[in-house]
Amino acid sequence: MKGSWAAIRIIAKRELSAYFESPVAYVFLVIFLLLSGFFTFTFGGFFERGEASLAAFFNWLPWLFLFLVPAAGMRLWSEERRLGTIELLLTMPVAAWQAIVGKFLASWLFLVVALALSFPIVATVNWLGDPDNGVIASGYVGAALLAGAYLAISCLTSALTRNQVIAFILAVVLCLALILVGFSPLTDLLARWASPWLVEAVSKFSVLTHYDGFQKGMLDSRDLLYFLSVMAYALFATGVVIRNHRTG
Amino acid sequence: MIKVENLSKSFGSKRAVDGVSFEVGKGEVLGFLGPNGAGKSTTMRMITGFIPPSAGAVSVCGLAVQENPIEVKRSIGYLPEAAPSYTEMSVLSFLRFAAEMRGLRGEALRSAIRRVVELCHLENVLGQTIDTLSKGFRHRTCLAQALIHDPEVLILDEPTDGLDPNQKHEVRTLIRKMGESKAIIFSTHILEEVEAACTRAIIIDRGRIVANGTPTELKARAATGKLEDFFRSITRSDTLAEGAA
Repeated sequence: MKGSWAAIRIIAKRELSAYFESPVAYVFLVIFLLLSGFFTFTFGGFFERGEASLAAFFNWLPWLFLFLVPAAGMRLWSEERRLGTIELLLTMPVAAWQAIVGKFLASWLFLVVALALSFPIVATVNWLGDPDNGVIASGYVGAALLAGAYLAISCLTSALTRNQVIAFILAVVLCLALILVGFSPLTDLLARWASPWLVEAVSKFSVLTHYDGFQKGMLDSRDLLYFLSVMAYALFATGVVIRNHRTG
Repeated sequence: MIKVENLSKSFGSKRAVDGVSFEVGKGEVLGFLGPNGAGKSTTMRMITGFIPPSAGAVSVCGLAVQENPIEVKRSIGYLPEAAPSYTEMSVLSFLRFAAEMRGLRGEALRSAIRRVVELCHLENVLGQTIDTLSKGFRHRTCLAQALIHDPEVLILDEPTDGLDPNQKHEVRTLIRKMGESKAIIFSTHILEEVEAACTRAIIIDRGRIVANGTPTELKARAATGKLEDFFRSITRSDTLAEGAA
Protein backbone atom coordinates (compact mmCIF):
# COMPACT_ATOMS: atom_id res chain seq x y z
CA MET A 1 0.00 0.00 0.00
CA LYS A 2 2.91 2.30 0.80
CA GLY A 3 4.37 1.60 -2.64
CA SER A 4 1.17 2.49 -4.43
CA TRP A 5 0.90 5.78 -2.57
CA ALA A 6 4.48 6.64 -3.59
CA ALA A 7 3.61 6.17 -7.27
CA ILE A 8 0.47 8.28 -6.90
CA ARG A 9 2.53 11.04 -5.29
CA ILE A 10 5.15 11.04 -8.05
CA ILE A 11 2.47 11.22 -10.75
CA ALA A 12 0.63 13.97 -8.88
CA LYS A 13 3.83 15.95 -8.44
CA ARG A 14 4.58 15.80 -12.17
CA GLU A 15 1.03 16.76 -13.06
CA LEU A 16 1.04 19.72 -10.69
CA SER A 17 4.36 20.98 -12.03
CA ALA A 18 2.95 20.63 -15.56
CA TYR A 19 0.33 23.25 -14.62
CA PHE A 20 2.95 25.69 -13.43
CA GLU A 21 5.49 24.99 -16.19
CA SER A 22 2.98 26.23 -18.75
CA PRO A 23 1.00 29.50 -18.56
CA VAL A 24 -2.18 27.50 -17.85
CA ALA A 25 -1.95 27.83 -14.07
CA TYR A 26 -1.36 31.57 -14.03
CA VAL A 27 -4.04 32.35 -16.59
CA PHE A 28 -6.46 30.17 -14.67
CA LEU A 29 -5.72 31.75 -11.28
CA VAL A 30 -5.97 35.31 -12.57
CA ILE A 31 -9.23 34.66 -14.43
CA PHE A 32 -10.75 32.83 -11.49
CA LEU A 33 -9.90 35.55 -9.00
CA LEU A 34 -11.02 38.36 -11.30
CA LEU A 35 -14.33 36.72 -12.15
CA SER A 36 -15.14 35.54 -8.65
CA GLY A 37 -14.44 39.03 -7.31
CA PHE A 38 -16.48 40.60 -10.07
CA PHE A 39 -19.50 38.37 -9.51
CA THR A 40 -19.33 38.72 -5.75
CA PHE A 41 -19.30 42.52 -5.70
CA THR A 42 -21.63 43.20 -8.65
CA PHE A 43 -24.27 40.56 -9.38
CA GLY A 44 -23.80 38.90 -6.01
CA GLY A 45 -24.87 42.10 -4.28
CA PHE A 46 -22.17 41.78 -1.66
CA PHE A 47 -22.87 45.20 -0.11
CA GLU A 48 -26.63 45.40 -0.74
CA ARG A 49 -27.20 42.18 1.22
CA GLY A 50 -26.47 44.01 4.43
CA GLU A 51 -25.15 40.85 6.06
CA ALA A 52 -21.64 39.74 6.91
CA SER A 53 -21.40 36.53 4.92
CA LEU A 54 -19.80 35.05 1.82
CA ALA A 55 -23.13 34.05 0.26
CA ALA A 56 -22.53 36.47 -2.61
CA PHE A 57 -19.28 34.65 -3.37
CA PHE A 58 -20.48 31.08 -2.90
CA ASN A 59 -23.74 31.50 -4.84
CA TRP A 60 -21.86 32.20 -8.02
CA LEU A 61 -19.25 29.47 -7.67
CA PRO A 62 -21.26 26.58 -9.19
CA TRP A 63 -21.67 28.66 -12.35
CA LEU A 64 -18.11 29.94 -12.47
CA PHE A 65 -16.70 26.46 -11.85
CA LEU A 66 -18.96 25.12 -14.57
CA PHE A 67 -16.55 26.62 -17.11
CA LEU A 68 -13.32 26.93 -15.20
CA VAL A 69 -13.04 23.41 -13.78
CA PRO A 70 -13.52 21.65 -17.15
CA ALA A 71 -10.93 24.08 -18.54
CA ALA A 72 -8.47 22.95 -15.88
CA GLY A 73 -9.29 19.26 -16.31
CA MET A 74 -9.73 18.89 -20.06
CA ARG A 75 -6.06 18.21 -20.74
CA LEU A 76 -5.58 15.53 -18.08
CA TRP A 77 -5.96 12.48 -20.33
CA SER A 78 -6.58 13.89 -23.79
CA GLU A 79 -3.11 15.44 -23.72
CA GLU A 80 -1.56 12.10 -22.71
CA ARG A 81 -3.31 10.47 -25.64
CA ARG A 82 -2.42 13.21 -28.09
CA LEU A 83 1.27 13.17 -27.16
CA GLY A 84 1.36 9.38 -26.87
CA THR A 85 2.79 9.66 -23.36
CA ILE A 86 -0.05 7.50 -22.07
CA GLU A 87 1.96 4.60 -23.49
CA LEU A 88 4.99 5.63 -21.44
CA LEU A 89 2.99 6.23 -18.30
CA LEU A 90 1.12 2.94 -18.39
CA THR A 91 4.20 0.85 -19.20
CA MET A 92 5.92 2.16 -16.09
CA PRO A 93 5.40 0.00 -13.01
CA VAL A 94 2.06 1.51 -11.96
CA ALA A 95 -1.53 0.40 -12.20
CA ALA A 96 -3.88 2.53 -14.30
CA TRP A 97 -5.93 3.48 -11.23
CA GLN A 98 -2.85 4.95 -9.55
CA ALA A 99 -2.23 7.14 -12.58
CA ILE A 100 -5.89 8.21 -12.61
CA VAL A 101 -5.95 9.05 -8.91
CA GLY A 102 -2.56 10.79 -9.05
CA LYS A 103 -3.56 13.05 -11.91
CA PHE A 104 -6.92 13.78 -10.35
CA LEU A 105 -5.47 14.68 -6.95
CA ALA A 106 -2.93 17.04 -8.53
CA SER A 107 -5.63 18.97 -10.38
CA TRP A 108 -7.89 19.00 -7.35
CA LEU A 109 -5.09 20.38 -5.22
CA PHE A 110 -4.57 23.07 -7.84
CA LEU A 111 -8.26 24.03 -7.68
CA VAL A 112 -8.15 24.10 -3.88
CA VAL A 113 -5.17 26.46 -4.09
CA ALA A 114 -7.20 28.69 -6.42
CA LEU A 115 -10.07 28.67 -3.91
CA ALA A 116 -7.71 29.47 -1.05
CA LEU A 117 -6.44 32.48 -2.96
CA SER A 118 -9.88 34.05 -2.63
CA PHE A 119 -8.99 34.78 1.03
CA PRO A 120 -9.08 38.58 0.53
CA ILE A 121 -12.87 38.33 0.30
CA VAL A 122 -12.95 36.54 3.68
CA ALA A 123 -10.67 39.22 5.11
CA THR A 124 -12.95 41.95 3.74
CA VAL A 125 -16.04 40.47 5.35
CA ASN A 126 -14.26 40.10 8.67
CA TRP A 127 -13.04 43.66 8.51
CA LEU A 128 -16.46 45.08 7.64
CA GLY A 129 -18.55 43.01 9.97
CA ASP A 130 -18.72 40.03 12.23
CA PRO A 131 -19.46 36.96 10.08
CA ASP A 132 -19.87 33.38 11.24
CA ASN A 133 -16.50 31.99 10.19
CA GLY A 134 -17.73 28.44 10.81
CA VAL A 135 -20.29 28.89 8.04
CA ILE A 136 -17.59 30.32 5.79
CA ALA A 137 -15.33 27.32 6.45
CA SER A 138 -18.16 24.91 5.72
CA GLY A 139 -18.87 26.87 2.55
CA TYR A 140 -15.29 26.38 1.43
CA VAL A 141 -15.50 22.65 2.13
CA GLY A 142 -18.60 22.49 -0.07
CA ALA A 143 -16.87 24.51 -2.79
CA ALA A 144 -13.84 22.20 -2.76
CA LEU A 145 -16.12 19.15 -3.02
CA LEU A 146 -18.05 20.75 -5.86
CA ALA A 147 -14.79 21.44 -7.70
CA GLY A 148 -13.75 17.81 -7.14
CA ALA A 149 -17.00 16.49 -8.58
CA TYR A 150 -16.77 18.69 -11.68
CA LEU A 151 -13.12 17.76 -12.04
CA ALA A 152 -13.77 14.01 -11.90
CA ILE A 153 -16.35 14.45 -14.66
CA SER A 154 -13.82 16.44 -16.69
CA CYS A 155 -11.32 13.61 -16.13
CA LEU A 156 -13.81 11.20 -17.64
CA THR A 157 -14.60 13.31 -20.71
CA SER A 158 -10.88 13.96 -21.14
CA ALA A 159 -10.22 10.22 -21.31
CA LEU A 160 -12.87 9.85 -24.00
CA THR A 161 -11.12 11.94 -26.64
CA ARG A 162 -7.72 13.24 -27.64
CA ASN A 163 -9.38 16.53 -28.57
CA GLN A 164 -9.37 18.95 -25.64
CA VAL A 165 -12.17 21.11 -27.04
CA ILE A 166 -14.52 18.13 -27.21
CA ALA A 167 -13.46 17.08 -23.72
CA PHE A 168 -14.23 20.59 -22.44
CA ILE A 169 -17.66 20.85 -24.05
CA LEU A 170 -18.73 17.39 -22.93
CA ALA A 171 -17.67 18.17 -19.37
CA VAL A 172 -19.56 21.49 -19.35
CA VAL A 173 -22.72 19.81 -20.63
CA LEU A 174 -22.54 17.01 -18.05
CA CYS A 175 -21.85 19.41 -15.17
CA LEU A 176 -24.61 21.72 -16.37
CA ALA A 177 -27.03 18.80 -16.30
CA LEU A 178 -26.01 18.12 -12.70
CA ILE A 179 -26.80 21.75 -11.84
CA LEU A 180 -30.06 22.07 -13.72
CA VAL A 181 -31.85 19.09 -12.20
CA GLY A 182 -31.81 21.00 -8.92
CA PHE A 183 -31.92 24.60 -10.21
CA SER A 184 -35.06 26.10 -8.64
CA PRO A 185 -36.35 28.11 -11.65
CA LEU A 186 -36.35 24.83 -13.56
CA THR A 187 -37.64 22.55 -10.81
CA ASP A 188 -40.49 25.01 -10.11
CA LEU A 189 -41.48 24.68 -13.74
CA LEU A 190 -41.33 20.91 -13.49
CA ALA A 191 -43.41 20.95 -10.30
CA ARG A 192 -46.39 22.37 -12.22
CA TRP A 193 -47.11 19.11 -13.95
CA ALA A 194 -45.07 16.44 -12.20
CA SER A 195 -45.78 15.07 -8.77
CA PRO A 196 -43.73 16.73 -6.02
CA TRP A 197 -41.98 13.53 -4.99
CA LEU A 198 -40.63 13.11 -8.54
CA VAL A 199 -39.32 16.66 -8.61
CA GLU A 200 -37.70 16.14 -5.27
CA ALA A 201 -36.21 12.78 -6.24
CA VAL A 202 -34.69 14.27 -9.40
CA SER A 203 -33.31 17.28 -7.57
CA LYS A 204 -31.54 14.92 -5.15
CA PHE A 205 -29.14 14.23 -8.03
CA SER A 206 -28.20 17.87 -8.37
CA VAL A 207 -24.93 19.30 -7.14
CA LEU A 208 -26.81 22.43 -6.07
CA THR A 209 -29.05 20.57 -3.62
CA HIS A 210 -26.01 19.15 -1.84
CA TYR A 211 -23.90 22.26 -2.22
CA ASP A 212 -26.53 24.43 -0.51
CA GLY A 213 -26.32 22.48 2.74
CA PHE A 214 -22.65 23.41 3.09
CA GLN A 215 -23.46 27.08 2.43
CA LYS A 216 -25.87 27.10 5.35
CA GLY A 217 -23.14 25.75 7.56
CA MET A 218 -24.61 22.28 7.78
CA LEU A 219 -22.08 19.50 7.36
CA ASP A 220 -24.36 16.62 6.44
CA SER A 221 -22.78 13.22 5.84
CA ARG A 222 -25.27 12.59 3.02
CA ASP A 223 -24.01 15.64 1.13
CA LEU A 224 -20.44 14.55 1.66
CA LEU A 225 -21.32 11.06 0.48
CA TYR A 226 -22.99 12.47 -2.63
CA PHE A 227 -19.90 14.38 -3.74
CA LEU A 228 -17.55 11.53 -2.92
CA SER A 229 -19.72 9.10 -4.90
CA VAL A 230 -19.82 11.38 -7.94
CA MET A 231 -16.00 11.54 -7.84
CA ALA A 232 -15.55 7.82 -7.28
CA TYR A 233 -18.01 6.94 -10.01
CA ALA A 234 -16.51 9.31 -12.58
CA LEU A 235 -12.96 8.17 -11.81
CA PHE A 236 -13.99 4.53 -12.02
CA ALA A 237 -15.61 5.24 -15.40
CA THR A 238 -12.36 6.93 -16.46
CA GLY A 239 -10.56 3.68 -15.68
CA VAL A 240 -13.04 1.71 -17.78
CA VAL A 241 -12.62 4.11 -20.72
CA ILE A 242 -8.83 3.90 -20.55
CA ARG A 243 -8.91 0.12 -20.35
CA ASN A 244 -11.22 -0.03 -23.37
CA HIS A 245 -8.83 2.07 -25.45
CA ARG A 246 -6.06 -0.38 -24.76
CA THR A 247 -8.19 -3.44 -25.40
CA GLY A 248 -9.11 -2.01 -28.83
CA MET B 1 13.96 -13.91 -20.89
CA ILE B 2 11.10 -13.10 -23.24
CA LYS B 3 8.76 -15.86 -24.28
CA VAL B 4 5.89 -15.21 -26.67
CA GLU B 5 3.48 -18.05 -27.29
CA ASN B 6 0.83 -18.08 -29.96
CA LEU B 7 0.15 -14.40 -29.46
CA SER B 8 -2.86 -12.94 -31.29
CA LYS B 9 -4.58 -9.58 -31.31
CA SER B 10 -7.72 -8.57 -33.13
CA PHE B 11 -9.07 -5.04 -33.47
CA GLY B 12 -12.70 -5.57 -34.39
CA SER B 13 -12.64 -7.96 -37.33
CA LYS B 14 -9.06 -7.10 -38.24
CA ARG B 15 -6.42 -9.53 -37.07
CA ALA B 16 -3.35 -7.42 -36.37
CA VAL B 17 -1.24 -10.21 -34.88
CA ASP B 18 -1.97 -13.81 -35.66
CA GLY B 19 -0.37 -16.65 -33.71
CA VAL B 20 3.11 -15.25 -33.19
CA SER B 21 5.58 -17.31 -31.14
CA PHE B 22 9.25 -16.70 -30.41
CA GLU B 23 11.79 -16.50 -27.61
CA VAL B 24 14.58 -14.08 -26.84
CA GLY B 25 17.32 -15.03 -24.40
CA LYS B 26 19.86 -13.01 -22.47
CA GLY B 27 22.62 -11.74 -24.76
CA GLU B 28 20.35 -11.76 -27.78
CA VAL B 29 19.32 -8.82 -29.92
CA LEU B 30 16.25 -9.64 -31.95
CA GLY B 31 15.52 -7.50 -35.00
CA PHE B 32 11.85 -7.16 -35.76
CA LEU B 33 11.23 -6.55 -39.43
CA GLY B 34 8.15 -6.14 -41.52
CA PRO B 35 6.17 -3.75 -43.68
CA ASN B 36 4.14 -0.95 -42.12
CA GLY B 37 1.05 -2.30 -40.43
CA ALA B 38 2.46 -5.83 -40.19
CA GLY B 39 1.85 -5.99 -36.45
CA LYS B 40 5.29 -5.12 -35.08
CA SER B 41 4.18 -2.34 -32.76
CA THR B 42 1.11 -4.27 -31.63
CA THR B 43 3.28 -7.27 -30.69
CA MET B 44 5.67 -5.04 -28.77
CA ARG B 45 2.83 -3.31 -26.95
CA MET B 46 1.52 -6.68 -25.84
CA ILE B 47 4.94 -7.67 -24.51
CA THR B 48 5.14 -4.46 -22.45
CA GLY B 49 1.64 -5.04 -21.11
CA PHE B 50 0.26 -1.83 -22.61
CA ILE B 51 -2.44 -3.72 -24.49
CA PRO B 52 -3.79 -7.14 -23.51
CA PRO B 53 -3.60 -9.93 -26.10
CA SER B 54 -6.77 -11.46 -27.59
CA ALA B 55 -5.19 -14.90 -27.28
CA GLY B 56 -1.86 -16.43 -26.37
CA ALA B 57 0.61 -15.54 -23.63
CA VAL B 58 3.72 -13.48 -23.00
CA SER B 59 6.16 -14.04 -20.18
CA VAL B 60 9.13 -11.86 -19.29
CA CYS B 61 11.83 -13.12 -16.93
CA GLY B 62 9.63 -16.09 -16.14
CA LEU B 63 6.60 -13.99 -15.14
CA ALA B 64 3.35 -13.91 -17.13
CA VAL B 65 2.62 -10.35 -18.25
CA GLN B 66 -1.13 -10.68 -17.74
CA GLU B 67 -0.84 -12.00 -14.19
CA ASN B 68 2.04 -9.86 -12.89
CA PRO B 69 1.86 -6.65 -14.91
CA ILE B 70 3.64 -4.45 -12.37
CA GLU B 71 6.57 -6.83 -11.73
CA VAL B 72 7.02 -7.39 -15.45
CA LYS B 73 6.99 -3.65 -16.17
CA ARG B 74 9.76 -3.19 -13.63
CA SER B 75 12.13 -5.36 -15.67
CA ILE B 76 11.32 -3.78 -19.05
CA GLY B 77 12.63 -0.60 -20.61
CA TYR B 78 10.37 0.57 -23.41
CA LEU B 79 10.80 3.10 -26.19
CA PRO B 80 7.38 3.52 -27.83
CA GLU B 81 7.02 4.32 -31.51
CA ALA B 82 7.60 8.04 -32.27
CA ALA B 83 9.34 8.43 -28.87
CA PRO B 84 6.70 10.37 -26.93
CA SER B 85 7.61 12.56 -23.95
CA TYR B 86 6.10 15.29 -21.80
CA THR B 87 7.11 18.15 -24.05
CA GLU B 88 6.58 20.93 -21.50
CA MET B 89 9.16 19.40 -19.14
CA SER B 90 12.91 19.91 -19.24
CA VAL B 91 15.06 16.91 -20.15
CA LEU B 92 16.36 16.70 -16.60
CA SER B 93 12.97 16.83 -14.89
CA PHE B 94 11.59 14.30 -17.37
CA LEU B 95 14.43 11.88 -16.61
CA ARG B 96 14.02 12.49 -12.88
CA PHE B 97 10.32 11.67 -13.19
CA ALA B 98 11.12 8.43 -15.05
CA ALA B 99 13.72 7.50 -12.44
CA GLU B 100 11.36 8.18 -9.53
CA MET B 101 8.66 6.12 -11.19
CA ARG B 102 11.17 3.29 -11.38
CA GLY B 103 11.69 3.56 -7.64
CA LEU B 104 15.11 5.23 -7.73
CA ARG B 105 15.94 7.72 -4.98
CA GLY B 106 18.85 9.78 -3.72
CA GLU B 107 22.31 8.85 -4.97
CA ALA B 108 21.00 5.90 -7.02
CA LEU B 109 18.73 8.32 -8.88
CA ARG B 110 21.50 10.81 -9.52
CA SER B 111 23.95 8.21 -10.80
CA ALA B 112 21.26 6.63 -13.00
CA ILE B 113 20.57 10.01 -14.60
CA ARG B 114 24.31 10.64 -15.08
CA ARG B 115 24.70 7.24 -16.73
CA VAL B 116 21.87 7.64 -19.28
CA VAL B 117 22.76 11.27 -20.00
CA GLU B 118 26.25 10.11 -20.94
CA LEU B 119 25.01 7.10 -22.92
CA CYS B 120 22.55 9.18 -24.94
CA HIS B 121 24.70 12.35 -25.16
CA LEU B 122 22.22 14.68 -23.53
CA GLU B 123 24.74 16.74 -21.49
CA ASN B 124 24.18 19.95 -23.41
CA VAL B 125 20.38 19.97 -23.40
CA LEU B 126 19.62 18.92 -19.80
CA GLY B 127 18.03 22.22 -18.84
CA GLN B 128 16.10 22.67 -22.08
CA THR B 129 12.40 22.14 -22.49
CA ILE B 130 11.78 19.04 -24.61
CA ASP B 131 9.50 21.15 -26.82
CA THR B 132 12.48 23.14 -28.07
CA LEU B 133 14.68 20.15 -28.96
CA SER B 134 15.39 18.70 -32.39
CA LYS B 135 13.91 15.34 -33.28
CA GLY B 136 17.19 13.53 -32.67
CA PHE B 137 17.44 14.87 -29.11
CA ARG B 138 13.79 14.13 -28.34
CA HIS B 139 14.30 10.61 -29.53
CA ARG B 140 17.36 10.11 -27.38
CA THR B 141 15.60 11.65 -24.37
CA CYS B 142 12.93 9.00 -24.67
CA LEU B 143 15.59 6.32 -25.16
CA ALA B 144 17.33 7.56 -22.00
CA GLN B 145 14.05 7.14 -20.13
CA ALA B 146 13.92 3.49 -21.26
CA LEU B 147 17.45 2.83 -19.99
CA ILE B 148 17.23 4.69 -16.70
CA HIS B 149 16.63 1.64 -14.48
CA ASP B 150 19.14 -0.50 -16.38
CA PRO B 151 16.44 -3.05 -17.29
CA GLU B 152 17.10 -6.68 -18.16
CA VAL B 153 14.76 -6.46 -21.13
CA LEU B 154 14.61 -3.68 -23.70
CA ILE B 155 11.76 -3.21 -26.15
CA LEU B 156 12.63 -0.51 -28.69
CA ASP B 157 10.08 0.44 -31.32
CA GLU B 158 12.01 1.99 -34.21
CA PRO B 159 14.87 3.34 -32.09
CA THR B 160 16.69 4.90 -35.05
CA ASP B 161 13.68 6.50 -36.71
CA GLY B 162 14.27 10.18 -37.43
CA LEU B 163 17.95 10.15 -36.56
CA ASP B 164 20.72 11.29 -38.88
CA PRO B 165 23.25 8.72 -40.13
CA ASN B 166 25.75 9.48 -37.37
CA GLN B 167 23.14 9.18 -34.66
CA LYS B 168 21.79 6.00 -36.23
CA HIS B 169 25.25 4.50 -36.11
CA GLU B 170 25.65 5.44 -32.46
CA VAL B 171 22.31 3.98 -31.43
CA ARG B 172 23.09 0.75 -33.28
CA THR B 173 26.45 0.48 -31.54
CA LEU B 174 24.74 1.14 -28.23
CA ILE B 175 22.15 -1.57 -28.88
CA ARG B 176 24.82 -4.09 -29.82
CA LYS B 177 26.82 -3.28 -26.71
CA MET B 178 23.85 -3.49 -24.37
CA GLY B 179 22.72 -6.67 -26.09
CA GLU B 180 25.64 -8.53 -24.56
CA SER B 181 24.04 -8.43 -21.14
CA LYS B 182 20.33 -7.92 -21.88
CA ALA B 183 17.54 -9.31 -23.98
CA ILE B 184 16.60 -6.76 -26.63
CA ILE B 185 13.86 -6.58 -29.22
CA PHE B 186 13.92 -3.70 -31.65
CA SER B 187 11.89 -3.01 -34.74
CA THR B 188 13.18 -1.26 -37.80
CA HIS B 189 12.58 -0.58 -41.47
CA ILE B 190 16.25 -0.35 -42.23
CA LEU B 191 17.58 -3.71 -43.25
CA GLU B 192 21.25 -2.86 -42.79
CA GLU B 193 20.53 -2.32 -39.12
CA VAL B 194 19.65 -5.93 -38.78
CA GLU B 195 23.06 -6.95 -40.03
CA ALA B 196 24.76 -4.28 -37.97
CA ALA B 197 23.15 -4.91 -34.61
CA CYS B 198 21.11 -8.14 -34.43
CA THR B 199 22.01 -11.63 -33.47
CA ARG B 200 18.71 -12.84 -34.91
CA ALA B 201 15.88 -11.42 -37.01
CA ILE B 202 12.19 -12.13 -37.39
CA ILE B 203 10.24 -10.97 -40.41
CA ILE B 204 6.58 -10.45 -39.77
CA ASP B 205 3.94 -9.86 -42.44
CA ARG B 206 0.23 -9.33 -41.92
CA GLY B 207 0.46 -10.49 -38.32
CA ARG B 208 2.36 -13.72 -39.00
CA ILE B 209 6.03 -14.64 -38.71
CA VAL B 210 7.29 -15.44 -42.20
CA ALA B 211 10.98 -15.86 -41.41
CA ASN B 212 13.13 -16.36 -38.33
CA GLY B 213 16.90 -16.75 -38.37
CA THR B 214 20.30 -15.10 -38.08
CA PRO B 215 20.95 -12.30 -40.58
CA THR B 216 23.38 -14.56 -42.43
CA GLU B 217 20.82 -17.38 -42.69
CA LEU B 218 18.16 -15.01 -44.00
CA LYS B 219 20.50 -13.54 -46.58
CA ALA B 220 21.45 -17.00 -47.79
CA ARG B 221 17.80 -17.68 -48.58
CA ALA B 222 17.70 -14.95 -51.24
CA ALA B 223 18.92 -15.86 -54.71
CA THR B 224 20.98 -12.66 -54.81
CA GLY B 225 22.35 -13.07 -51.28
CA LYS B 226 20.85 -9.71 -50.26
CA LEU B 227 18.61 -9.27 -47.24
CA GLU B 228 16.51 -6.69 -49.06
CA ASP B 229 15.66 -9.09 -51.88
CA PHE B 230 14.70 -11.77 -49.40
CA PHE B 231 12.50 -9.29 -47.51
CA ARG B 232 10.74 -8.27 -50.70
CA SER B 233 10.21 -11.83 -51.79
CA ILE B 234 8.35 -12.90 -48.65
CA THR B 235 6.40 -9.77 -47.67
CA ARG B 236 3.80 -7.84 -49.60
CA SER B 237 3.60 -4.11 -49.95
CA ASP B 238 0.42 -2.75 -48.37
CA THR B 239 -1.03 -1.79 -51.78
CA LEU B 240 -0.77 -5.38 -52.94
CA ALA B 241 -2.06 -6.75 -49.64
CA GLU B 242 -5.13 -4.51 -49.83
CA GLY B 243 -5.83 -5.73 -53.35
CA ALA B 244 -5.59 -9.35 -52.23
CA ALA B 245 -7.90 -8.83 -49.25
